Amino acid sequence: MESYRKNQRVFWVLAGPGSFWLLFFFLIPLGIVWILSFGEKAVIDGKISITETEITWTLANYVRALADPVYLVIIWKSIWISVLATTLCLVIAYPVAFVIAFATPRWRPWLLLAVILPFWINLLIRTYALIAVFRIRGYVNFTLEWIYDTLWLNRLFGPFEPLELLYNDFAVVAGLVYVFMPFMVLPLFASIERLDRSMLEASLDLGASQLATLLRVTVPLTMPGIISGLILVFIPCLGSFLTADLLGGTNATMIGNVIERQFKAANDWPFGAALSFLLMYVTFGALALRALLSRDVGTRI
Amino acid sequence: MSIISIRNVTKKFVGITAVDNANIEIAANEFFAVLGPSGCGKTTLLRMLAGFETPTAGEILIDGVDVSTTAPNKRPVNMVFQSYAVFPHMTVLANVGYGLKVTGVPAAETRQRAEEALEMVQLAHLGERKPDQLSGGQRQRVALARALVKRPKVLLLDEPMSALDAKLREQMQLELTRLQEEVGITFVIVTHDQDEALSMADRIAVMQSGRVEQIATPELLYESPNSRFVADFIGKVNLLDGQVTGASDQGVTVDVAHLGKVTVPHSDHAQGPVSLAVRPEKIRMTVSRPDSGLFIQGRIVDWAYYGDTSHIRVQPASGLPMSVTVQNDTRSTIDNGDVGDQVWLSWQAEDTLVLDR
Repeated sequence: MESYRKNQRVFWVLAGPGSFWLLFFFLIPLGIVWILSFGEKAVIDGKISITETEITWTLANYVRALADPVYLVIIWKSIWISVLATTLCLVIAYPVAFVIAFATPRWRPWLLLAVILPFWINLLIRTYALIAVFRIRGYVNFTLEWIYDTLWLNRLFGPFEPLELLYNDFAVVAGLVYVFMPFMVLPLFASIERLDRSMLEASLDLGASQLATLLRVTVPLTMPGIISGLILVFIPCLGSFLTADLLGGTNATMIGNVIERQFKAANDWPFGAALSFLLMYVTFGALALRALLSRDVGTRI
Repeated sequence: MSIISIRNVTKKFVGITAVDNANIEIAANEFFAVLGPSGCGKTTLLRMLAGFETPTAGEILIDGVDVSTTAPNKRPVNMVFQSYAVFPHMTVLANVGYGLKVTGVPAAETRQRAEEALEMVQLAHLGERKPDQLSGGQRQRVALARALVKRPKVLLLDEPMSALDAKLREQMQLELTRLQEEVGITFVIVTHDQDEALSMADRIAVMQSGRVEQIATPELLYESPNSRFVADFIGKVNLLDGQVTGASDQGVTVDVAHLGKVTVPHSDHAQGPVSLAVRPEKIRMTVSRPDSGLFIQGRIVDWAYYGDTSHIRVQPASGLPMSVTVQNDTRSTIDNGDVGDQVWLSWQAEDTLVLDR
């Protein structure tokens, strides 16, 4: 990497477009939002304007976000829903990644394709598809009803009562798990595939059971993949609003929905900006935790 | 009684037979080597002993118990892996104690036994280190201690020296022999390095394409190989093709080009086309025609000087060139010939082997 000093022109040609993109489409807009978060609605001709914003460097937006328990409760709930969805992702994705990593080379690309395939379909369509699965007259209820009737339970307990699967926290968590699963499977697959098989064999050879081998060797050695997966799922979960919007009920709102509403329906950009930055600080906290955890992995026995 | 009995064991993978009807008996406290070229099935055989592969046919007994289908964690054997497979996320001491900890040995005893095992491989001072702070040789000692601390009935070693440099390899060979005598455990080592097998093992099984070719002590394997493959694989050998013309109490008479009809001691039945085999160091090279033994005339085509010995290739009037090893036992030996010189090669009939072609 020393050669960029010698070939400055090549360096700038290669690094230029990316740096330009980051600066103008990420850092500067982020700065604008940050400045906006210290603004308030402009007063024009003695009336509070609906559309104009004035930067007064007030902290009122942050005070409002932190003082009104409604927002803290929603942030807290968003964190919990994200934690739950991320944990479920990990629990489901680990065996999946394991199977793919240990599959024969002939099968592996197809299994990976099956994991990545949903990416090729628009998120909105995928989420709507979940509505068809979870609604009262959806596929889950159809299946349950069929099992119920086949077992003649309808003759014992009366007709099948469809489950209310949609428009609640369950639907939001299920939707998040479904949408973000590939982000968990792929880093896990990468780290499990790199795992030296003789480590697992050595553990078995030394008398450890399959479970002990998993907990004491496989999981610690694939910890980088686990942490990457957790971060890759947790952060977009926390900021997501589409899933909660479509699958959640009125009381299943996440912080992403509130922010979206501030920018659109309420037209209160400064408050929306303040909430956005609070969410970002939570994300920074998660990343700091990651750094702490991965340093831990280095020294733990 | 044998500690390991491998009876009619065959292992087939899709499309190939890795091990073909192997029969091996290994005695308790023996240092046993399985030797063969890459892909001969020796590692598969070892993995079946460890339990990572299940025989397609036949049975494996360890200490009289059929373990053919026993899981690896239920067998009284431990293995030193080719890659060492030292756990990178544990300290050296935790690595060595791992096998005891997971099987419910109390923490205090685990620590004590792990420390003793580290002392045995002279790594007691490195217990708190992480594997990535160790050299290759040290990592191997950790793998060794980790396996021995379990007090297995058999220690399996899969190409343990392949990643070490020549000097360290020699040192570890001596150390392994010392350790084996010290702990009194049966060692089964798999290697493709004949020097390693010859110098360490009590007995050696030579494998080729899944079959066990010969099981013998190093001396017998070298001096009395039972096939062309073994003769050629262990050390160097000159092979002279000929036809058996008769047999008597003295041995068999073979007609060989440039040698004429020679009679060499041979106890087994032999007829038709055979090869006479003679080791390079058994051959004497002289300028004048020798007056006894078997001899052949040729021209020196190549002279490789190794300090203690010289390896010389001599081309007879026809056929393959013959290899001769000359001890440089005086400082002037080197003056005894040069490339292009006509010389006589001679050796004794009793140093000659008759091998089927």
